[in-house]
Amino acid sequence: MSDLPKARIATASLAGCFGCHMALLDIDERLIELMKLVEFDRSPLTDIKRFTRRCDIGIIEGGCCNEENVHVLQDFRRNCDILVGIGQCAIMGGLPAMRNAIMHSDEPLRECLEEAYIKGPFTQNKTQIIPNDPALPLLLDKVYPCSEVVEIDYQIPGCAPTGDVIYEALAGLLSGRFQGFEREHIRFD
Amino acid sequence: MTQASTFETDQDQVALICERHQKDPHRMLDILRDVQDQFRWISRETMATVAGKTGLTQVAVEGVASFYAFLSLTPRGRVTIRLCDDIVDRFAGLPAVVEAFENALGIAVGQTSADGAFSLEYTPCIGLCDQAPAAMINDVVLTGLTPEKVREMVAALKGGKRPEDLISHRFDALSPYERAKRMVKNNVRHAGAVLLGPVPEDAGLMKALAQTPAAIIDQIAASGLRGCGGAGFTTGMKWRFAEQAEADRKFIICNADEGEPGTFKDRVLLTERPHLLIEGMTIAARAVGAREGILYLRGEYVYLRPLIEEVLAERRAKGLLGKAIMGVEGFDFDIRLQMGAGAYICGEEGALISSCEGLPGEPKTRPPFPVTCGYLGFPTVVNNVETFCHAARILDCGAQWFFDMGTEGSHGTKLFSVSGDCINPGIYELPYGLSVRALLEMAGGEDAAAVLVGGPSGTMIARDTFDRKLTFDDLATGGAIVVFSPERNILEIVEYYMSFFVHESCGYCTPCRVGNVFLQKAVAKFRQGLANPADIAYLKDLSATIIETSRCGLGMTSPNPILSTLENFPLVYSAMVKPPKDRIRATFDIQSAISDARVLAKRRSSIYDKDFTK
Ligand SMILES: Cc1cc2nc3c(=O)[nH]c(=O)nc-3n(C[C@H](O)[C@H](O)[C@H](O)COP(=O)(O)O)c2cc1C
Ligand code: SF4
Ligand code: SF4
Ligand code: FES
Repeated sequence: MSDLPKARIATASLAGCFGCHMALLDIDERLIELMKLVEFDRSPLTDIKRFTRRCDIGIIEGGCCNEENVHVLQDFRRNCDILVGIGQCAIMGGLPAMRNAIMHSDEPLRECLEEAYIKGPFTQNKTQIIPNDPALPLLLDKVYPCSEVVEIDYQIPGCAPTGDVIYEALAGLLSGRFQGFEREHIRFD
Repeated sequence: MTQASTFETDQDQVALICERHQKDPHRMLDILRDVQDQFRWISRETMATVAGKTGLTQVAVEGVASFYAFLSLTPRGRVTIRLCDDIVDRFAGLPAVVEAFENALGIAVGQTSADGAFSLEYTPCIGLCDQAPAAMINDVVLTGLTPEKVREMVAALKGGKRPEDLISHRFDALSPYERAKRMVKNNVRHAGAVLLGPVPEDAGLMKALAQTPAAIIDQIAASGLRGCGGAGFTTGMKWRFAEQAEADRKFIICNADEGEPGTFKDRVLLTERPHLLIEGMTIAARAVGAREGILYLRGEYVYLRPLIEEVLAERRAKGLLGKAIMGVEGFDFDIRLQMGAGAYICGEEGALISSCEGLPGEPKTRPPFPVTCGYLGFPTVVNNVETFCHAARILDCGAQWFFDMGTEGSHGTKLFSVSGDCINPGIYELPYGLSVRALLEMAGGEDAAAVLVGGPSGTMIARDTFDRKLTFDDLATGGAIVVFSPERNILEIVEYYMSFFVHESCGYCTPCRVGNVFLQKAVAKFRQGLANPADIAYLKDLSATIIETSRCGLGMTSPNPILSTLENFPLVYSAMVKPPKDRIRATFDIQSAISDARVLAKRRSSIYDKDFTK
């Protein structure tokens, strides 16, 4: 087993809260077993910013709210054999997609930014300026789930998913026998 | 000041309307229709008044008011023009007609003119498919529209004429039947032995009254008659269940909702054989022991309302409705007319009953079935217009006579409404068992590339299967036959019909409410050339889910336009798929996704704009 080349995993956090990345750690001591089978390539966990080579599995947290998210996601799709969306943000847009509810406006994006930076009842912004540094990526018209931007092979539900579910998925994918989840593991009511 | 006083009188009038309907919450649809007719909309204040009068909550009233397309929560024009935007009308020249309306009225579809004079709207099939493009203008209908006719009409309306005056300058002097005939051609192309040939008056009823209820039902059962509304349930069995149910009250309901796009045979029966229909309902009442009946007429057929009312009154006067019918002591039966208000789902029998009860037109959970627990919880027979007409003829001419026509399992004749790309659109009464090809030859549609049998909830077939038979066991149909010539775009047709189901889903179940939207979007993707091979499996998967998890027949059949074309026109789909590049979705367009932000931020994208540095 140990002679086999280790599977390479890359991860990215797009429009998410990093909670799903933290949830990876909820695998607890099984992480030690897992690390015997895998090594991490591009990931905030390794701080590697570019793919060093093609990866077996890419794990995406968060949906796409700006152009950089799209760019990273497309890069992951090109460089990973299997792409896994983790958490509701990746799967459905999640919390950030609440801004998609501003739909009966001619300028939903402006309305959203004004609410956030100027008009919101709890906003304290003495400059009354909406941030617009040239280094900031342009926002998308709405928040897109990952599967609308690229093909996603698997989705791990939850906000954040439990360690068990994440382990079940990763172990299954690594052994090539992933069949979906135990029903009780993905029941949330 | 004046406003307050008009408000008071308005609400007084609303209260009067409620009184007119005995403040009965089950008459909610009638009350709100009357309000709509008088005020052209239903305001919040009005809903409060109606709620107060009928003892319902305001949300309950709003639930009804917001459900039906012909009721509106914002003011509509004094003249409301509803254009049928079915695919048949589009192919028959609707776009030019729309343009003419928009130009002449100075408003776009969906708008009401500033002076409140006109509203222009789209509506699904209004049952005039054989004379498309067609439109409703308030309570009258206009057919065979052309841009020239539209310009003349609008000029006349603007000049102060009533919509009725467009039909005839002596409209009011005409009999209801003459009015209907002026508005709409019957286009009976082939009269069969049962319905559209010569029919003696009330001969069936006379014979029925000499028999026991059980004997009547036996005859209907022996004739092999099956429901003509689409589902094809055995009529004899339905009547027997209702007859056996023990209850204080029983109901006979005639389903004249005729909402399936491409179907207009009931329209012709209602115009030409209204007495036969009422005769059939009366026989059914005798058979099952019902004393009350309802004729549910779709809102689109409001132009036939005076005709039906006249027929009912005439029959009451002749002792054919009311107490002791034809002098038979103890046989009492009367019918009230219930107008619908623009909802396809109300053709589904549960939804139809809900609608008669004054509720939003939502289907009911089955079982229990209407025959045991229907209108207001009482045993109820719901049959299609054509079914009742057949029943009356069977009682007159005998079960065997009917049974001998048609084929094994599909006995008697059937009315087919043929429309679309053929020389002779109209009604064909033919025995069951004819091939589609034979019907196409009669209708002058031999060049067809595709035929939609049974409307969008039916089956779309291609040339190679035109020999299939029009029977319950092969191609079942409530009567709609829509013909498409080779130059028509199959995917455009499919997308239209999916948008129809999206529009008409009652919204109760998520798979139907949401799933049909996804299906429509997926078909749109195919049309734009953005679909990938996996999308075919997606269409099938999602369709299967919708069919399996929907509560009523709408959801169970709404994926049919897709499923039947996937099966019979596979090349149409496969020609449009492209394997995605790098598994990146072609449907996501980054340029349009960032275009708003470019404008707001007043800068270009450092990632996606090549000329960023310029
Ligand atoms: C969505 C939907 C729409 C329907 N529309 C009609 C209709 O317009 N007219 C009709 O007679 N039956 C319609 N039906 C069928 C009715 O539910 C019912 O089966 C029929 O009225 C029974 O009468 P029959 O046995 O005489 O056909 C519809 C069913 C569904 C599911
Ligand atoms: S799914 Fe939940 S935990 Fe994961 S990124 Fe979104 S908000 Fe955070
Ligand atoms: S299947 Fe559709 S139309 Fe029928 S009850 Fe459900 S939501 Fe309503
Ligand atoms: S009236 Fe337009 S298609 Fe039926």
